[in-house]
Amino acid sequence: MTRVEFWQGNIACAEGALAAGCNFFGGYPITPSTEVAEQMAVKLPKRGGVFIQMEDEIASMASIIGASWTGARAMTATSGPGFSLMMENIGYAAMTETPCVVVNVQRGGPSTGQPTMAAQGDMLQCRFGSHGDYAVIALCPASVQEMFELTAKAFNLADQYRVPVFLMADETVGHMREKILVPDSVERVARKPQRDDALPFHADADLIPGFGQFGTGHHVHVTGLTHDERGYPAATNPPLHAALVQRLVDKIENARDAMADYDVINPDAEQVFIAYGGPVRAVQQVLHDHPQKNIGFLRIRTVWPFPEKALAKFKNAKRFLVPEMNLGQIAREIERHVKVPVKSIPKLGGELHTPRELAAALEVKQ
Amino acid sequence: MSFDEWFRQDRLPHIYCAGCGNGTIINCTLAAVDQMGWKKEDTVFVSGIGCSSRAPGYILTDSLHTTHGRAIPFATGVKMANPDLHVVVFTGDGDLAAIGGNHFIHACRRNIDLTVICMNNQIYGMTGGQGSPTTPKGCLSSTTPYGCAEIPFDLCELATAAGANYVSRWTSYHVKELEKAVKVGLETPGFSFIEALVQCPTAFGRRNKFRQVADHVEYLKVHSLLKAKRDRMLEAGEAIPEDMFVVGELTKRSRPAMGVKP
Repeated sequence: MTRVEFWQGNIACAEGALAAGCNFFGGYPITPSTEVAEQMAVKLPKRGGVFIQMEDEIASMASIIGASWTGARAMTATSGPGFSLMMENIGYAAMTETPCVVVNVQRGGPSTGQPTMAAQGDMLQCRFGSHGDYAVIALCPASVQEMFELTAKAFNLADQYRVPVFLMADETVGHMREKILVPDSVERVARKPQRDDALPFHADADLIPGFGQFGTGHHVHVTGLTHDERGYPAATNPPLHAALVQRLVDKIENARDAMADYDVINPDAEQVFIAYGGPVRAVQQVLHDHPQKNIGFLRIRTVWPFPEKALAKFKNAKRFLVPEMNLGQIAREIERHVKVPVKSIPKLGGELHTPRELAAALEVKQ
Repeated sequence: MSFDEWFRQDRLPHIYCAGCGNGTIINCTLAAVDQMGWKKEDTVFVSGIGCSSRAPGYILTDSLHTTHGRAIPFATGVKMANPDLHVVVFTGDGDLAAIGGNHFIHACRRNIDLTVICMNNQIYGMTGGQGSPTTPKGCLSSTTPYGCAEIPFDLCELATAAGANYVSRWTSYHVKELEKAVKVGLETPGFSFIEALVQCPTAFGRRNKFRQVADHVEYLKVHSLLKAKRDRMLEAGEAIPEDMFVVGELTKRSRPAMGVKP
């Protein structure tokens, strides 16, 4: 069963988290994500969960990692400047394989930039922003419905792969209001627990160790230092460090196809749009406005790891056009995987591409 | 108390230098924890970065060795998500008072039910002896080669002003007093802060005319001014010598606290 609501994207995000069983939110107010925190502040205490407003985004990120180790489904929400502050502990979460969900309702940057305007300028930061090599998962919603669904999905991915998962929204999607079908319940994937006979950081064949939840007698030592399978520091052991970091990356990269979430529209087209987040809406309008033209569209929800196999579905593609609210951050990633030209259609300033702009781009041959 | 029970034997030997005061503070803490009758599976040690912050790695409980300065917000997440757990934070002067200063005062303000034990060696030991926010004026470090020109923090006054329920200061010389203070901290609902001044022969002592470890411990002993005596001196209108620091139970109150086990 479902019920129909008319919600703002940020509210749908919070409700999606609650539906997924989120029971801890540590956050700090920042435009344009604040409604997520406000909704959690209203709802979580009534459900026996914890809402805490921390002193900054560094502390917010720290608090959700601490909560996660007690078994909580923990989340924070922020925007660019706060996301930058979170980078330190995002790296810690990656290194310690701590499941957690970070919502970034992107705004114009760099620096304080455009607090109330949309952007997608943090797409590479979310993948590479903390120091060292690691891998993460990033999902991009393009509707209020997806704010709900992908937030819920983010918790499952975080618990399954023991990794920080980012919901990379943008201000347009976060603040738009539209109809949403709210399900009575959502699927929940549980964390694989640490077996009594296993070491806390010994990975199984899927490269993921069982989770030794605090308070259950596993006596897990969690450190951001390079650590062995016991969790003990081993920071001067070169082969061990190489193997650990490689596993942290491989556990996500190996699951790239399993978690890939995208739509392929008109796969025989020669000109193919690729979009995620807000610009999806403009591309949809172009397809709607020009039904006589065979326009391809790859609509991506899992941006990291990038679903590169989806590109091969467009066998006749002569050109990929990539509208983004940044200077071509994901277009560059796409270029790595295809032999045909990739046309980046960047748009800065905080407004969405118009369908007319995108339709015009189809006609420009270069 | 049995050391075998609380220590990870498979992690020994530890990284602390010969003569380091941190082991004394860890022992006092574990003795107090043991007296509380807490179970290992219900106890979590959290730390940041630095010599002091290596302590949880040697203790056989769940433990979080986190990022520099951030131990308290990590511990806040643990405690708020599961108030049944007893959460103790080990930190140092650089970790707590410099990079983690904001987290420290906000945890005091929230009066969250944590016990924070600061091993204050007045220097950055692990990185080789740089000046910290508690390096006394005039003292030498690798970044204050002409003597520290800045005024140090009084961490206990900071904790008291920010709202902590329990604040006490001792040194590595005062093991019995320290053990008791930690126990009172563990018992007290709300934020408990215990500052333990420790000798650091490697990074502090050798630069500051403490040729022997015992010289530095003796200095800590001689320059400790019992709170009761300080109060009497103030009453009598006597001046408190500038190189003395007050030890004892400095604050004990029962303000409303967060994260207390229901």
